[in-house]
Amino acid sequence: MADTTPKGVMTTPLFKNNPIALQVLGICSALAVTTSMSVSLVMTLAVIFVCAFSNLFVSLIRNHIPSSIRIIVQMTIIASLVIVVDQILKAFAYEMSKQLSVFVGLIITNCIIMGRAEGFAMQNSPGLSFLDGVGNGLGYGVILMIVGFFRELFGSGSVFGFTVLQPVQDGGWYVPNGLLLLPPSAFFIIGLTIWAIRSLNPEQVEDNEFKMKHNTEPKEAV
Amino acid sequence: MAATSNNSIKKILTVAFALCIVCSVIVSTAAVALRPMQQLNQELDRKTNILNVANLYEPGMDVEAAFGGITPRVVDLRTGEYSDQHDPATFDGFEARRDPAASRTLSGERDPAGLSRVENFATVYLVGDPDQPEQIILPIRGQGLWGLMRGFLSVEGDGNTIVGITYYEHSETPGLGAEVNNPRWQAQWEGKRVFDEEGSLTPAIRVAKGSGSGEHEVDGLSGATLTANGVTNMLQFWLSPEGFGEYLAKFRAGVDQGDAEQADVELEAEGA
Repeated sequence: MADTTPKGVMTTPLFKNNPIALQVLGICSALAVTTSMSVSLVMTLAVIFVCAFSNLFVSLIRNHIPSSIRIIVQMTIIASLVIVVDQILKAFAYEMSKQLSVFVGLIITNCIIMGRAEGFAMQNSPGLSFLDGVGNGLGYGVILMIVGFFRELFGSGSVFGFTVLQPVQDGGWYVPNGLLLLPPSAFFIIGLTIWAIRSLNPEQVEDNEFKMKHNTEPKEAV
Repeated sequence: MAATSNNSIKKILTVAFALCIVCSVIVSTAAVALRPMQQLNQELDRKTNILNVANLYEPGMDVEAAFGGITPRVVDLRTGEYSDQHDPATFDGFEARRDPAASRTLSGERDPAGLSRVENFATVYLVGDPDQPEQIILPIRGQGLWGLMRGFLSVEGDGNTIVGITYYEHSETPGLGAEVNNPRWQAQWEGKRVFDEEGSLTPAIRVAKGSGSGEHEVDGLSGATLTANGVTNMLQFWLSPEGFGEYLAKFRAGVDQGDAEQADVELEAEGA
């Protein structure tokens, strides 16, 4: 957490301090846009862009932001960047922007970006903040790509739109799992990913908040 | 102290004002600079949708070239006749709906689709020979659950049999109402018939709850009753005499005449 070297801020968010897997932020869009890998990739790029530049701009003016309106200042910067991204997507990747629909706009409410602006960029230099934004965007993207891979492979039988498992509808053998096209499946995959990451890094496992007690003593039936 | 001077009212107002100016300049620059490309994309998307509803679209095809076989014509909705007042290439009925001189108000029962104003002229797209089109593609719109839905309906040259329906602009719930664009749901429309009896001007086609059996019924969308009602209502409006009813009636009459002539010829042949 306290690793503030350029390399550290770029790499720790990937697995050690992943915004989705450890901090459990930004789940909403991770459920919504991960039905296919290409959509996940575009969403990842959009989040990296917004997160990096919002961190940069917030950090640049951090010594002038009055603390009483700092949240709304951060929101204004983030919202402006998101609108720019949305406009660019509509101009250059129209099909993609139609698939992402409202979720590009909802990057504004993505807690990762707000969290990094408030938690990191307000205290650190612009260069470092920019890299931290890139790193956290990548950390978000790693989970998105993992979830997108499984959902697209088993939900539609393809990877990045290329058919791997020939689905039955097209005369193949694979029966696509419809559940994986629905948002709840992303919960399962994110949960399993968190389990895998915490098994590899046991220090991420949280202590139990309380211990369950047996509420009845085993007794012989009368 | 930096902290206290940052929190003076003057500083707060200055920062807020400056930030708003800078951000609004950035946002409006992006919006204005990219608008021509976005409009080009929308135009291409509209043409793709028109080809799609006519079952002519294949992924990767040259949309502009394929659109060459489609003739836009402007129809006067009040009479059902073609009009030469407007250039079909540039006329936009959707824009004209706000012009009091080129539109009329709707209210109550005459407005099932919740439009409140409807234009007097609309652009239709004819596939094949414009005099005897294979398909007639009609623009439709109406209120769904969350907002205006805009799309196309394609009917065969008999003015009655549906080829397809598609929506290119809507704000329905993803996974529920937005399933109007699910190809499997859209496939149900093919072959359904708009009007039930000869000469009737009231469209019979509707999205039914439960079973979608019968030639005038399409199976509803589960969890999206209000969107489905919106679809029914907009078809009720646009296919009625308020919408394209008069225009389609000509094609239906043409078919009947054609059949009659055909029968005459057969009779003559028998007589001879």
